[in-house]
Amino acid sequence: MSEEKKSRIDTNRRDMPKQTPEMRRHNFNEVAFGYTEELAVAEASRCLQCKKPRCKTGCPVEIDIPDFISCIVKRDFRGGIRKLKEKNCLPAVCGRVCPQESQCESQCILKSKGAEVAIGRLERFLADWEAAQDEVDLPPKARPTGKRVAVVGSGPAGVTVAGDLVLLGHEVTIFEALHKAGGVLTYGIPEFRLPKAIVAREVEYVKQLGVRVITDYVVGKTRSIDELLDRYDAIFIGTGAGLPWFMNIPGENLNGVYSANEYLTRMNLMQGYQYPASRTPIKRHKKVAVVGGGNVAMDSARTALRMGAEEVRIIYRRSHAELPARAEEAENAEEEGVIFNMLTLPVRYIGDENGWLKEIECLKMELGEPDASGRRSPVEIPNSNFKMEMDAVVCAIGNSPNPLVPSTTPGLETTRRGTLVADPETGKTTRERVWAGGDIVTGAATVILAMGAGRKAARSIHEYLTTGKQ
Amino acid sequence: MNKVIERTMIVPNMHLLTVEAPEIAHKIRPGQFVIVRVNEEGERIPLSVADWDLDTGSITIIFMEVGASTGALAELKAGDVIPTCVGPLGNATEIKKYGTVMCVAGCYGIGSIFPVARELWHAGNQIIMVFEARSSYLLYWADRYVSLGAKIFNITRDGSLGIKGHVPHLTDIIHSLPSLPDQIVVNGCTFLMAHTSKVTKNLGIPTVVNLNPIMIDGTGMCGVCRVTVSNKMKFACVDGPEFDGHEVDWVEFLARRKQYINEETSYFRHSEPKPIEHKEGKCHS
Ligand SMILES: Cc1cc2nc3c(=O)[nH]c(=O)nc-3n(C[C@H](O)[C@H](O)[C@H](O)COP(=O)(O)OP(=O)(O)OC[C@H]3O[C@@H](n4cnc5c(N)ncnc54)[C@H](O)[C@@H]3O)c2cc1C
Ligand SMILES: Cc1cc2nc3c(=O)[nH]c(=O)nc-3n(C[C@H](O)[C@H](O)[C@H](O)COP(=O)(O)OP(=O)(O)OC[C@H]3O[C@@H](n4cnc5c(N)ncnc54)[C@H](O)[C@@H]3O)c2cc1C
Ligand code: SF4
Ligand code: SF4
Ligand code: FES
Repeated sequence: MSEEKKSRIDTNRRDMPKQTPEMRRHNFNEVAFGYTEELAVAEASRCLQCKKPRCKTGCPVEIDIPDFISCIVKRDFRGGIRKLKEKNCLPAVCGRVCPQESQCESQCILKSKGAEVAIGRLERFLADWEAAQDEVDLPPKARPTGKRVAVVGSGPAGVTVAGDLVLLGHEVTIFEALHKAGGVLTYGIPEFRLPKAIVAREVEYVKQLGVRVITDYVVGKTRSIDELLDRYDAIFIGTGAGLPWFMNIPGENLNGVYSANEYLTRMNLMQGYQYPASRTPIKRHKKVAVVGGGNVAMDSARTALRMGAEEVRIIYRRSHAELPARAEEAENAEEEGVIFNMLTLPVRYIGDENGWLKEIECLKMELGEPDASGRRSPVEIPNSNFKMEMDAVVCAIGNSPNPLVPSTTPGLETTRRGTLVADPETGKTTRERVWAGGDIVTGAATVILAMGAGRKAARSIHEYLTTGKQ
Repeated sequence: MNKVIERTMIVPNMHLLTVEAPEIAHKIRPGQFVIVRVNEEGERIPLSVADWDLDTGSITIIFMEVGASTGALAELKAGDVIPTCVGPLGNATEIKKYGTVMCVAGCYGIGSIFPVARELWHAGNQIIMVFEARSSYLLYWADRYVSLGAKIFNITRDGSLGIKGHVPHLTDIIHSLPSLPDQIVVNGCTFLMAHTSKVTKNLGIPTVVNLNPIMIDGTGMCGVCRVTVSNKMKFACVDGPEFDGHEVDWVEFLARRKQYINEETSYFRHSEPKPIEHKEGKCHS
């Protein structure tokens, strides 16, 4: 680094204004307000515009980070958003939910100074700026090719494939099982972290591009993949990893024990937090334990707080250092008052005479040798059992792919984990004219990886549709 | 979006609803169900399909008005549109030649078991129907079953038709037959399914029940529909809804169905008073 560059390094990473923890634990509004123009420009100005930007290598879709940042410095916001959208069609979403601390920002040269550029926040700023403008730029569309593509699932993978292919002139239809499009962005990630209006806007955008979205259509039930192949030239499967795991411990079917999917779906998709204006009933629990340590667990715990629970605990079998959740979200949860019970494993749920949960029996754990995941594995401490009084448990220990599509599609190969076998570079599955990507291939992962997979598959599908070669 | 073709009350509190759903009509098999939403704020409720028509591309549901959502369904008129009708969901009934099959039905089950009986009849089975209701005026569709050449028994609690009493009298009916049925299928309220299973377990007759737990998505995503069958956790929407009645953990099942009782009655407290004859026939116990 040259002396001149060093001297102008600004290590003051700008914070994003947020609701205070006391305020936000009582409402479902978004936690962070986002940068103002002034803050965004100040933060953008810290970027050193590296010749070989390391940040870019940390982004799964290789956004030209210094380029879009320099547009912000010049206050050319329209130029910045165009630059972003060349690589990422969901910047408002990724700017909010990407695990930046382990992706782009972790590679930023300023990280060594503890002052990595807030790339995600800048990305969010541009996307929000665009949304506030009256008109959205619609990119030019290629001439119609007459080819038809069916996309199964409307999560980030499906929406990306659809958006890319429609611009290339193909006719694209998305089939979605639920009544609203957006996948986990709609039914899983809560309003206070990703406002549903943003997701709706992104879906509206691909519709404006000409994508048909058919909701309430379960592929594998309403029609099979083989039936769709009669009507479409190519199919992309992006059905996600929506099958909830349970722990197989006694008492799991007691009332008051939820999967995180059920809990979050009731709140988000069915707008339980507006009950009784919305009709899906929800319970007002006082003491809620959430089992697990990922984003899903944090989201469930913070939702429980907002629903008025007096005591919300995260029960996690490893220690704080191993929490798979984004650091920022775990911190937010702690600030809001979620209690963390680390090195703890539930072994039994105990019910009352009416079949309602009343206590959880747990074991204490300690950390042993590193396991396959490279993290130190939790080991049970014998006879350390203890009980906690609780009236609800949310099980957030993971999800695997839903077998509905694979089990109704002969010849579509799956792995032992239930994921679809697909070429990581092209998304091609073991069936002709069928591609797949996102969580259904990788198992539960991230929004940006699902998008990246969608993009690669779109390229491969386009090649097939134009050359006939698979 | 599905257009309502017909909605009529066929007996007190029991309604017939026919909606346009061509793709579902072409795919549905006996024993399967759909999930509907009545309006944009509405919850998703599962309902069995009682008939379908390929010519008009429509499906027919028989539902009982028991709460907010079925109450709203009961107000639909021909020409109205409902935002969601998705399916067909769940697995179809296993249809094969058993010999004699007894179909036990009550409440909405009298409608939903019809396609099952029809298909079993087509497969060459002899059909015996047992209908259960509080009183004879709550029974319907007998003519349809007559057309299957079915032998029909009725159990009414007030004795206004057939045998006076409740499900335990099923034993008497079974013993009055020349030989035990080879297979029993039960549709309707939980009480009917649980008790029939208890009766037939003692007699050793294989019994299939069509479970009706609380559901949200109907695709295996939320897990709210989980039931214990043969000591294993099953999701009724994708592993069922039909299960071996002798293997279902009925105590747990009944408790899980009552999860939202308070909230559901609070709906009536929060909303405009409505003249609903609630829980006619006490089916949704
Ligand atoms: C609570 C929660 C919080 C998360 N937080 C983050 C985060 O902060 N950052 C991050 O990067 N990632 C996060 N993730 C993970 C991320 O959301 C997923 O990795 C991503 O959404 C996967 O995208 P996808 O397109 O593969 O599938 P999904 O988003 O799962 O979408 C799949 C869609 O397919 C539909 N579908 C399924 N089966 C069928 C069928 N048979 N027919 C028709 N449609 C069907 C589903 O209804 C769904 O809409 C979180 C996940 C959850 C659950
Ligand atoms: C596979 C399946 C098939 C069904 N088929 C039919 C049918 O053909 N005709 C019919 O009348 N009913 C059927 N049911 C039951 C029907 O779904 C419920 O009656 C309906 O959801 C009640 O909604 P509500 O808002 O009107 O009443 P609520 O006020 O919600 O509830 C009234 C009663 O219904 C129970 N209930 C509530 N929500 C559900 C739910 N989502 N699923 C099941 N029970 C619930 C409650 O425990 C309560 O006892 C079926 C259920 C399942 C799972
Ligand atoms: S998409 Fe995600 S990883 Fe890539 S630059 Fe944006 S925030 Fe970083
Ligand atoms: S590594 Fe950091 S400083 Fe360098 S271009 Fe990327 S964001 Fe800017
Ligand atoms: S209804 Fe959600 S898993 Fe069955």
